[in-house]
Amino acid sequence: MISLHINGKARSVDAESDTPLLWVIRDNLGMIGTKFGCGAALCGACTVHVDGTPVRSCSTPLSYAAGKKVTTIEAVGTTPAGQRVQAAWAALDVPQCGYCQAGQIMSATALLAQKPNPSDSDIDEAMAGNICRCGTYPRIRAAIHMAAGRKGE
Amino acid sequence: MGGGLILGVALPEGRAYSASAPVTTSMPNAWVRIGSDDSITILSARSEMGQGVYTALPTLVAEELEVDLTKIEVETAPAGEAYINSLIGGQLTGGSTSVVEGYDKLRIAGAQARTMLVAAAALKWGVDTSACRAQNGWVHGPGGEKASYGKLADAASKLPLPKDVKLKEHKDSRYVGKPVNRLDSAAKIDGTAEFGIDVKLPGMLYASLAQCPVIGGKVASLDAGRARSMPGVKHVVQISDGVAVVADTWWRANVARDALEIKWDEGAGKMLDTAGIASALKAAAAKPGALIKKQGDVDAGMQGAAKTVQAEYELPFLAHAAMEPMNFTADVRKDSCLVYGPTQFQQLAAGVATQLTGLKPEQVTVRTTFLGGGFGRRIDVDFVTQAVEISKAIGGGPVKLVWTREDDMTHDFCRPLSYHQLSGALDAQGRPLVLKFHLTSPSVTSRLFPPVVKDGFDPFMAEAGAVPYDIPNQLADVVIHDTGLRVGYWRSVAHALNSFAYESFMDEMALAAGKDPYEFRRALLDKHPRLRRVLELAAEKAGWGKPLPAGRARGIALMEGYGTAMAQVAEVSVTGNTIRVHRVAVAADPGRMVNPNIVRQQLEGSIIYGLSAVLYGEITLKDGRVQQSNFHDYQVVRMPESPAIEMHIVESDEKPAGIGEPGTALIGPAVANAVFAATGKRLRRLPLRLA
Repeated sequence: MISLHINGKARSVDAESDTPLLWVIRDNLGMIGTKFGCGAALCGACTVHVDGTPVRSCSTPLSYAAGKKVTTIEAVGTTPAGQRVQAAWAALDVPQCGYCQAGQIMSATALLAQKPNPSDSDIDEAMAGNICRCGTYPRIRAAIHMAAGRKGE
Repeated sequence: MGGGLILGVALPEGRAYSASAPVTTSMPNAWVRIGSDDSITILSARSEMGQGVYTALPTLVAEELEVDLTKIEVETAPAGEAYINSLIGGQLTGGSTSVVEGYDKLRIAGAQARTMLVAAAALKWGVDTSACRAQNGWVHGPGGEKASYGKLADAASKLPLPKDVKLKEHKDSRYVGKPVNRLDSAAKIDGTAEFGIDVKLPGMLYASLAQCPVIGGKVASLDAGRARSMPGVKHVVQISDGVAVVADTWWRANVARDALEIKWDEGAGKMLDTAGIASALKAAAAKPGALIKKQGDVDAGMQGAAKTVQAEYELPFLAHAAMEPMNFTADVRKDSCLVYGPTQFQQLAAGVATQLTGLKPEQVTVRTTFLGGGFGRRIDVDFVTQAVEISKAIGGGPVKLVWTREDDMTHDFCRPLSYHQLSGALDAQGRPLVLKFHLTSPSVTSRLFPPVVKDGFDPFMAEAGAVPYDIPNQLADVVIHDTGLRVGYWRSVAHALNSFAYESFMDEMALAAGKDPYEFRRALLDKHPRLRRVLELAAEKAGWGKPLPAGRARGIALMEGYGTAMAQVAEVSVTGNTIRVHRVAVAADPGRMVNPNIVRQQLEGSIIYGLSAVLYGEITLKDGRVQQSNFHDYQVVRMPESPAIEMHIVESDEKPAGIGEPGTALIGPAVANAVFAATGKRLRRLPLRLA
């Protein structure tokens, strides 16, 4: 059994230590908000925070997360930045199919927690790892600016 | 479940309630379910794959039903006769038809249900129906009586269906035509929305499937000894498409799958490679085509030509690459089968499950989750077949099959590649006299809906197969050529192929005529005011003809698709061999809009989806294997490459048209024409590559 600190709770998991954190979160812990997109840290759908830093959980072994604080889409709204990001996402009606949005929100929240007032190029850099096939990028950009408390540039 | 199920459709049970009094539900028709607790559920018969039907279709019902749209529940309909898409003839989500097909039907359904509720109230109070009115989930009587829909529903559902119902005037709409926020957004923002990959059933196992690297290949021999001994593995089973490992978690199934030792019989497909396919396609182009359009006399027109133009265009195979890899859950039992997951085609999912299990149709249930992208890929049901076969092979019980991204990329039903030969003639004043178009490409329809293809003509290949321009002599035809690789419908289908060829060629004709590409087109649209209007609007808003910063150039393109008139102007720059699209101005006339917010989402998103194909998309084959495997070698547009998109939508009272797809098709020629303006290089092949 491996102990994990996730969304403010201690959980223990019966899984091999090299199991990707993504599948532990989804199948062992039953939290479905974090998505599988590529399995190779190429698309960002599986983004979670480990000690506040965005990581691709599909390519992060369980052993790496042990003893660290993991936050997923299910609890990101309890952080001030996450709450603002989710409110902006709702106000601008960002999602289409919605599959990538948990990862987008996790990346955007990490960006705002670090840079409360990001420029467009900050957004390009922070969000480049998150693919959206529906093409919600313009609304994502606008929502990040809104969450930061300023209008789009 | 109380009340009359008038259309005889099998419907899932209502929601569970914690209230002490048992809640009964009634259905005045196949679209509306009303609980005795006043809960209102509206069924959506189309799959929500991002395009907004989960909001737009219930909006049509709610408008006439007179209920608060923000308080209803939406449920995806099961497979059933009532839910067939009459424009397609199956319960299928595709072809940008959902709103077009549902616009009258669903408003009528809402009005019928409202009429029945009012009639039930009038009977109860002994008054005339004309003295009663419905508002916000209540019926009000002439003497101040009022009754909630929940109290009236059971009686209402026993009344006959009213034949003629009066629909609201558009000006009286509460929701239709307003930019209402989506009903599925909240769940997609807090992570609770259920996609196929999220399905969980009691006792469910997880499967990963090894398929032959050559599509269509079969298992020749299998050694599963090592895989069977790995942690969590419950079963290793062989099915038609390969070998499935079934375990207590998906990851364990997938790890053990890599330990399978399989020899494949790769079949005829192993001979396929891209260069061979392309040359066979070009050879097939010599065959006579089936006619798309004939007007005037092209040979006679050529005689009077002052100048002629010829060009050939090529498009590659493409993957859909939806964000949610293919997956499905099946639970086969002795006397029942549940198939549960993301599909665009409930009827076919039910059909294959019925066939594979030998059960009766009424023993098979289809449940549809949200789709993490569809784009046409989820019209096919290969993954449903596989999930059912796996559940059957392990002796029954729920099992969720999830593909890897690599499975998804290498086992797609690709968009057909295509080869277009165009020729044209101009008179001495530079006016076009002749336009000839000859398309050679595989047919998706021949595989999926064979009866639709008659005498070598596939109507879906003829989309945007003729231009609206006033050119006196035109001939367009199509040759179907099977390359040996299976193909599938891909967002905007043949529009994307044909409009790339036609609208690139129109620019080549304009150049030969010595005319501005915008003015050249505009002069040919006297008979098509809707198209001329969007062309003018896009040009005006994009500042066509006005100076640009150094290094920037514009390209324009026009198309009618799915009933929507659309023009796009793309603004690009080229640095070295890198094409950057900075800005797209799009003008569209989609007819009457049910929800302008969703129309804008679709317009923007369809352009970005198309841009990935224009800049990067290409699936190639070597030794029968798809060479691309994931997003590192099948690139798509990401945030930094996403252009600013300025949308200009024409207000219209015309009937609603499709908006999910035309934008995808038109971005190709708009960008190619801009690249020509920037560099003088005419790129006639997608993806656009300068070196």
